[in-house]
Amino acid sequence: MEKIKKNPLSLQPDLSLFEPATLEERESLNVMRPSIGFWQDGLRRLRKNSVAMVSLIAIVIILFIAFIVPTFYPYDYKTQDKSAGNLAPMAYSKAEQARIDAGEFVMPHLIGTDNLGRDLAVRIMIGSRISITVGLVASAIIMIIGTIIGAVSGYFGGLVDQIIMRIVDMIYTVPDLVIIILLYAILRVPLKELADSVKAFEWIGTIGVGLISIFIVFSLLYWVGMSRIVRGQILSLKEQEYVTAARALGASSGRIISKHLIKNSIGIIIVTTTLQIPSAIFTETFLSFIGLGVAAPMSSLGSLASDGLAGLYTYPHRLLAPALMIALIILAFNLFGDGLRDAFDPKLRK
Amino acid sequence: MSKFILKRLGFAVLTLAIVITMTFFLMYLIPGGPFLSEKAPTQATLDALNAKYGLDQPVYIQFKNYVVKLFEGDFGMSLKQRGRTVNDIISTKFPVSAQVGGLSIIVAVLVGIPIGSYAALHRGKFWDRFFNVLSTTGIAFPSFVMATVLIVLFSVYMKIFPSYGLEAPINYVLPVLSLAVYPMAYISRLMRSSMLDVLGQDYMRTARAKGVSQFRILFKHALRNAVLPVITYLGPLIAYTLTGSFVVEQIFTIPGLGKEFIKSIMNRDYPLVMGTTIFLAAFVILMNFIVDIVYKIVDPRIKLN
Amino acid sequence: MSKVLLDIRNERLSFFTPAGEVKAINDVSFSMNEGDVLGIVGESGSGKSVTAYSIMGLNAEPGRLIGGEIHFNGHRIDQMSERELRKIRGNEVSIIFQDPMTSLNPVYTIGNQIVEVLRLHTHLNRKEQKARAIELLRLVGISEPEKRLKQYPHEFSGGMRQRIMIAIALACEPKLLIADEPTTALDVTIQAQILELMIELKNKIGMSIIMITHDLGIVSTICEKIAVMYAGKIVEYGTVDEIFYETAHEYTKGLLRSIPKLTEKQHEKLVPIDGTPVDMLNPPAGCPFASRCSSCMKICLSQMPEYTHLSDTHYSACWLLQKKELTKGEEEENRG
Repeated sequence: MEKIKKNPLSLQPDLSLFEPATLEERESLNVMRPSIGFWQDGLRRLRKNSVAMVSLIAIVIILFIAFIVPTFYPYDYKTQDKSAGNLAPMAYSKAEQARIDAGEFVMPHLIGTDNLGRDLAVRIMIGSRISITVGLVASAIIMIIGTIIGAVSGYFGGLVDQIIMRIVDMIYTVPDLVIIILLYAILRVPLKELADSVKAFEWIGTIGVGLISIFIVFSLLYWVGMSRIVRGQILSLKEQEYVTAARALGASSGRIISKHLIKNSIGIIIVTTTLQIPSAIFTETFLSFIGLGVAAPMSSLGSLASDGLAGLYTYPHRLLAPALMIALIILAFNLFGDGLRDAFDPKLRK
Repeated sequence: MSKFILKRLGFAVLTLAIVITMTFFLMYLIPGGPFLSEKAPTQATLDALNAKYGLDQPVYIQFKNYVVKLFEGDFGMSLKQRGRTVNDIISTKFPVSAQVGGLSIIVAVLVGIPIGSYAALHRGKFWDRFFNVLSTTGIAFPSFVMATVLIVLFSVYMKIFPSYGLEAPINYVLPVLSLAVYPMAYISRLMRSSMLDVLGQDYMRTARAKGVSQFRILFKHALRNAVLPVITYLGPLIAYTLTGSFVVEQIFTIPGLGKEFIKSIMNRDYPLVMGTTIFLAAFVILMNFIVDIVYKIVDPRIKLN
Repeated sequence: MSKVLLDIRNERLSFFTPAGEVKAINDVSFSMNEGDVLGIVGESGSGKSVTAYSIMGLNAEPGRLIGGEIHFNGHRIDQMSERELRKIRGNEVSIIFQDPMTSLNPVYTIGNQIVEVLRLHTHLNRKEQKARAIELLRLVGISEPEKRLKQYPHEFSGGMRQRIMIAIALACEPKLLIADEPTTALDVTIQAQILELMIELKNKIGMSIIMITHDLGIVSTICEKIAVMYAGKIVEYGTVDEIFYETAHEYTKGLLRSIPKLTEKQHEKLVPIDGTPVDMLNPPAGCPFASRCSSCMKICLSQMPEYTHLSDTHYSACWLLQKKELTKGEEEENRG
């Protein structure tokens, strides 16, 4: 505006200004923004989310500590050393002290030892390994079962959908952990017998009856959340024109579900699965804590915390260390899951 | 409305029936009777015991007997606590759990809703970020982890709060807090996002355009809408508190039903396991039913079916 | 001549977003008399709604009034506190929004929502409030108003809800009714009914109306004057006849070319306006319409044109008009 006032037209009109502008001159006004694909866009947003990136780094470090460090750590989770029982953090037993005096390097017990002289640091690492494995495997199981049931329910609709959704509603209204504990208590015995008696099922014993029953329980009950989300997504996707087009071109139901519907729901499925991991870890540690999870000498973070509870007043660190580890793992996965959700599915943000 | 209630009631009863049936047959399928764990009983005593508890009859008769007794409100006898009925155990233990759990739910709701609303109204400002950090940390602490951390901090190191029993009001602090932190954090997040959602709605603009004051806009127009998701969360919240009580009661040595339930599973006290499972399931189903009806009252948009 | 009701002078309003300042209203001035019906026309993002909201002080953060004066019925809206504004809103100025489906609070009965505005601005007692609410519902053509008062918004159709919004807006007999695209979300037949209702009520109550729309058809049927907005500016202002028959601005011409006419021959093609609206975060130095204008000149790219007054009521901001004036002057000089 001011420019015009400084350049009053009535005095010296510069008529060249009134010539038609060229196309290029006009085009230059339109600033084009580059278009970006779905995955690229999501990854870019994820990378910009510092909280998500920090939690991703935390997850990587946790995985390293849980899966790699124990392989070269000087102590292992089951070797008992009666002479080194109940050591405080960073303390050494008499025998170890003698070795140090002799000039030998002895790895300190970072978090001390338990009453059987087992190094707690490595037990917590192994415990994290178990808990994370359960979280990952259980989430994978939930993802597969939930996706299939949700997709079938959403795609076919009608009676199938009605029945599945009523079942989902029922499982929702029942206190899941009560049922899980019950199922778990019941499954453990026959599974153990199966492992002991039938050669082909020996692997059950190796993995641990506790873990197997946790997986079974998860696959029986925990798919409901995932299936609801996938169903909702499929219901809205199935109305899209390209699905109608695919059907018109004679694509089979299986192909439409797998090619068009699942592929377009993949973002939501990944996000839900990631957010399922901490909840699965929570359930596993909970069960182990009340003594229904993995069996000794295996340790899970839950059973370690439960062991720590016994010597609460004398050795509070034995309780605190695994408990905080659980919180840390859940926190890292929660935050990373939130970041993924914000990056790939802004609609889900809640 | 009555049609809605009837429908939900029917659904609740059906769910409960399935839970009862499942529980019964699952328990029946467990190999080795309940008396196996005791030190090598003779066949004669085993037979006598089985006869006494009716375990020698065909399964469908046992089921029928059990259901008939359930209808009479009789959960049977405990196997391990001689002379005590399951009813007796539940009726003495449940009030204790209900007290602790109820308190923690009240705390979670009364703290979570204002915090979430406040954060939404001050979105992006200091307190919003502050509460966001707190609530994010809060939902990483499931009840038993919270309990252990609290007990180490406040009982072992600081010695402010007692770590067991329920004698005085001060004993309630730690267990109630252990159970309340997670739902508190969850509700505040839920409330924040739903409040933000509501604040962006057109009807909020309408209210402003009518000349309604900020205060009334918040309390009359926003809160009632924003609180709806929290009401739907009440069902899961009750279930969470209930299961949380299993460990919290164990950690704080509170003589509640949760502790009893875990003990009964360890002891293979089958009638007690079944009774407690069915009772707890029925309780949660009933609560969900009530929540459904409350939701229907608060949100007139819910359809009748 | 009747009294001036609303006078807006050089209003500027910006949204301060994280991405930068968006000049939603950039030096807008207009005035209207009591009883006037003014149409504000423009595409989405042109600033027409923001202008209307600013008359009620309704623009919330991050929108801020950064210049100009708004005189309404003896008040200085731009200088009023929130508390003072509340006494005006719903009382002296009312508004009807675009989407009736979402503009009513879903958890309260419509009776409750009508009575709310009466309770705020009148001294009626409960019984009188209810009687007035019933009267209002009858006024906007809702049958069985006694029964309808107790119903919730979701029990009404879109058109019915818009009638209820009108009833709420008219409850305190405002001096000015702002209608922000009141029919956009409705079926065509319902649209006509709502417009008819508005005209009928205007005649009955005698208020002024600002009709915000992108539909020139609506404007031509109910408005007397029209302001055409583009990128936060009024690019042309005039009476309906002047806008339609003596169109001055290239953007207005484009708008008119893009409406189908029943009278034209079948093969007459509709001409859309090419291109997209300007990026309001980085507005061009010159005329904002330049990049889409078929008669764009070099000067349009670098400098903003001032208004050229074509009559007492008709003015427009376009370099073509300036050029015409300029060359007219030269011709006269040459002749002399």
